[in-house]
Amino acid sequence: MSSRRIFARPARFAAIAPYLWMALFFLVPFGFVLKISLSQTAIAQPPYEPVFDLTAGWEALKTALAALSIDNFRLLISDDIYVFAYARSLIVAVTATALLLLIGYPIAYGMARLPKRWQAVAMVLVIVPFWTSFLIRIYAWINILQHDGLLNQILLALHLVSQPVVWLSTDSAMYIGIVYSYLPFMILPLYATLAKMERALEEAAGDLGAPPWQVFWLVTFPLSLPGVGAGVLLCFIPIVGEFVIPDLLAGSNSLMIGQTLWLEFFTNKDWPVASAAAIVLLVMLLLPLLLYERLQKRQLEQGR
Amino acid sequence: MRKLSRLSRFNIASLALGLAFLYLPILILVIYSFNASRLVTVWGGWSLRWYHEFFNDRAMIEAAWMSLRVAVSSATIATLLGTLAAVALSRGERFRGRTLFSGMLYAPLVMPEVITGLSLLLLFVALNAERGFWTVTIAHTTLTMCFVAVVVQSRLGSLDRSLEEAAMDLGCDPVRAFVAVTLPLIAPAIVAGWMLAFTLSLDDLVIASFTTGPGSATLPIRIYSEVRLGVKPEINAICTLVIALIAVVIVIASLVSKLSSSQGESAAPL
Amino acid sequence: MTDELPRTDAAANAASGDQHPVAGQPLLRIEGVSKNFGTFRAVDGVSLDIRAGEFFALLGPSGCGKTTLLRMLAGFEAPDEGRILLGGKDIAQALPHERPINMMFQSYALFPHLSSQDNIAFGLKRAGMARADIAARVAEMVALVKLGGLEKRKPDQLSGGQRQRVALARALARRPQLLLLDEPLAALDKKLRESTQAELMELQRRLGMTFIIVTHDQEEAMTMASRIGVMNAGKLAQVATPRELYEAPRSRWIAEFVGDVNLFDGEFRLRDGHRLVIATREAGTLVAAEPREPVSETKLSVAIRPEKVKLSRRGPVFEAGRETAINSLDGVIADICYLGGTTTYKVKLDDGGMVQASVVNSARLDVDAYSVNQRVIAWFTPDDCVVLSS
Repeated sequence: MSSRRIFARPARFAAIAPYLWMALFFLVPFGFVLKISLSQTAIAQPPYEPVFDLTAGWEALKTALAALSIDNFRLLISDDIYVFAYARSLIVAVTATALLLLIGYPIAYGMARLPKRWQAVAMVLVIVPFWTSFLIRIYAWINILQHDGLLNQILLALHLVSQPVVWLSTDSAMYIGIVYSYLPFMILPLYATLAKMERALEEAAGDLGAPPWQVFWLVTFPLSLPGVGAGVLLCFIPIVGEFVIPDLLAGSNSLMIGQTLWLEFFTNKDWPVASAAAIVLLVMLLLPLLLYERLQKRQLEQGR
Repeated sequence: MRKLSRLSRFNIASLALGLAFLYLPILILVIYSFNASRLVTVWGGWSLRWYHEFFNDRAMIEAAWMSLRVAVSSATIATLLGTLAAVALSRGERFRGRTLFSGMLYAPLVMPEVITGLSLLLLFVALNAERGFWTVTIAHTTLTMCFVAVVVQSRLGSLDRSLEEAAMDLGCDPVRAFVAVTLPLIAPAIVAGWMLAFTLSLDDLVIASFTTGPGSATLPIRIYSEVRLGVKPEINAICTLVIALIAVVIVIASLVSKLSSSQGESAAPL
Repeated sequence: MTDELPRTDAAANAASGDQHPVAGQPLLRIEGVSKNFGTFRAVDGVSLDIRAGEFFALLGPSGCGKTTLLRMLAGFEAPDEGRILLGGKDIAQALPHERPINMMFQSYALFPHLSSQDNIAFGLKRAGMARADIAARVAEMVALVKLGGLEKRKPDQLSGGQRQRVALARALARRPQLLLLDEPLAALDKKLRESTQAELMELQRRLGMTFIIVTHDQEEAMTMASRIGVMNAGKLAQVATPRELYEAPRSRWIAEFVGDVNLFDGEFRLRDGHRLVIATREAGTLVAAEPREPVSETKLSVAIRPEKVKLSRRGPVFEAGRETAINSLDGVIADICYLGGTTTYKVKLDDGGMVQASVVNSARLDVDAYSVNQRVIAWFTPDDCVVLSS
């Protein structure tokens, strides 16, 4: 028995309440999603045929099992709308994450190289917008990007364009919105690894004859890879399922899977298909989710 | 020397541009909320007109009140549960189901909100729960307690374990050592966790949309439906108020955490 | 079990003779204690008695198990085997807060949210002392470690030396029967470390308390402790007074670990009264005094401390009253290392080996100094040789 174990016994009791909560409100609901994704669509309230009714006994359960169908999943694969939506989600997420990395890295690097007391200030400055509402920040961009918005006014005033450019309802607007909203999520993990990195390593590389760009590529960047990984996963996974930003900023002719799911659910009231779409999305994200979980665990539990 | 300064000039430029990118849109929004003109894009002089409009908009006020109530209650429950979870993870060593537990806590941090929202709704429907204040509060608690857990856990992880040992050496059993030494030291992280949970809840559109019932819309839901119809100056005013509220919460919370860290043991519960 | 443990002041007990250990019975008895971490055996069958009022040092290289042993005494680790008896009662499985033992941590582990005086009072509050008594004891401790005027400061407003004093006062405040100090001076700079060493010794004598200190610094252990236990790979290699440890190490490993040493491996040739003649490969035939415990092996090593080796230009010098047989080795000065008070000469022996001689610089002008490549004779008496089994 060590002091850690002396502490561990009461600490484990602390797990009970949050464990039960997460089991009930996070784990169990996935069971329902799975169950309903295998149900038949019905015009009713709630709009699906219940598949399992454990109170009805074994016989009923057997008929229920027989009634299970993978029709919804078959629909997802056969219908171009869904296939395109998944594909578009992935493309958007990859592109946006790449943009975020490209923009976020220099900022994080700049922060990490500031004098110590300025680093704290810069950190706060990066975090504060994250505290202000997500929706508000998207809305702020609508203000700027609309037909007679500030951006077009400036462009017209500078005679860079002769007539207003259509910004809203385009992919560019969506990418601006995504980059804007997710930038702190990319900067913070990058900054965390870059700030921890010993300056002497770069100086040593320089001392050993590496020009600045080689110092960056051979020393700084490889050592910041854990931060890059964390930032990329932290942005990529939620962007794949993003709903608000594409809904408000992008055009409506090609949808991301989050929008499709929302549409099936709220507009078409097709809960089983929406559930099936959610399951497929989850399966798609399983690998990055597991990667992220391992990274998070290692980061939080290091030095133990 | 020359190279160094050029490098740092590049650093400062990228930082300044980045920060401008982060802040300008919000600044513009705030300024335009005081615009007298009905046209959102034409400057018509300073005015509080849109704030008047908001305070006379009953539906908006109700939604704002609902959001506040949800945010305060879910943040409070989430802070409690999240802190417990962080303690269990960082001090509980190995226990059965630990991997599942940490998995359940880390996954919602990045899980697309549509999935979380949909799954919770299906649960509530299956439980036949009446949807409204409590279902949204539960949903937000589920999401935000994970953020609280991460914030508190990282503070617990960086704490020198010999402090707890010293407390035990000086006559505390483990629980008392935690209350007398660990808790005061992680208090700032707990406060920060509450703040984070509060703002996340105030902010959330997707999960609330799924889990709320008819007649109990939250502020983001109302704003969203208005924004879909086009830009309205009143929304600028509401957004500015929300930003102001969050700023106040941040300032108060940071003052509280500063105060609590500068007080002696008399402030510590025990 | 917890109720039986003595929790009252050790000093008061000592005065009244109430719970004071019976003469002959040690205050602390460690019996066959072992501790494994997974497959790693950190502490391996250690047995040790510590008497009341002793200043005992656990000395060893890092990873030798000394800190683990100390943590078992404090209660942060429980031994897998063996017993730990304090005043005759087994405390091996007692929790830290149930033991009348306090510890000063290497990192000091001062509570950053509490002022100096609240840190010192922390353990007293847990013991349920009355407010007035706590205040009096804190004031006494503050005076004892000379912290006057800094009572209200938080740890981050104190210097390293001041923090060390707060940590010491906090551990002493409960008047434990046994005070454990884990590398207490490691974080201090050299000058401060030396003055603090003296203060710690002074304090220990004045309070009549039992101190166990863990250190990797042999000078520190030698200076402060009345007895030293040297640990290596989880085992106690030797328990002895500083002088014994240095002059009569029990093994090659200890001879090399404690101080500098010249070691020559060889074979036993013959016994001449109380002298052993040993043929070495690198230093010819050496004559050494027979060790107290008779040796049975034929493969032996001869250890000579560098300051016991004298250098001479002419030939062996026979001092009046000295015994006749002297080891004298011919060689050439290979390297000179000037250290201020002393100079260390490395002499390349004609027989192939190398011997170090440490010479006190007793005169300011170097009239007597040797130079590189100069032929010299290095010599030492049989009594200066320690015979060790290889």
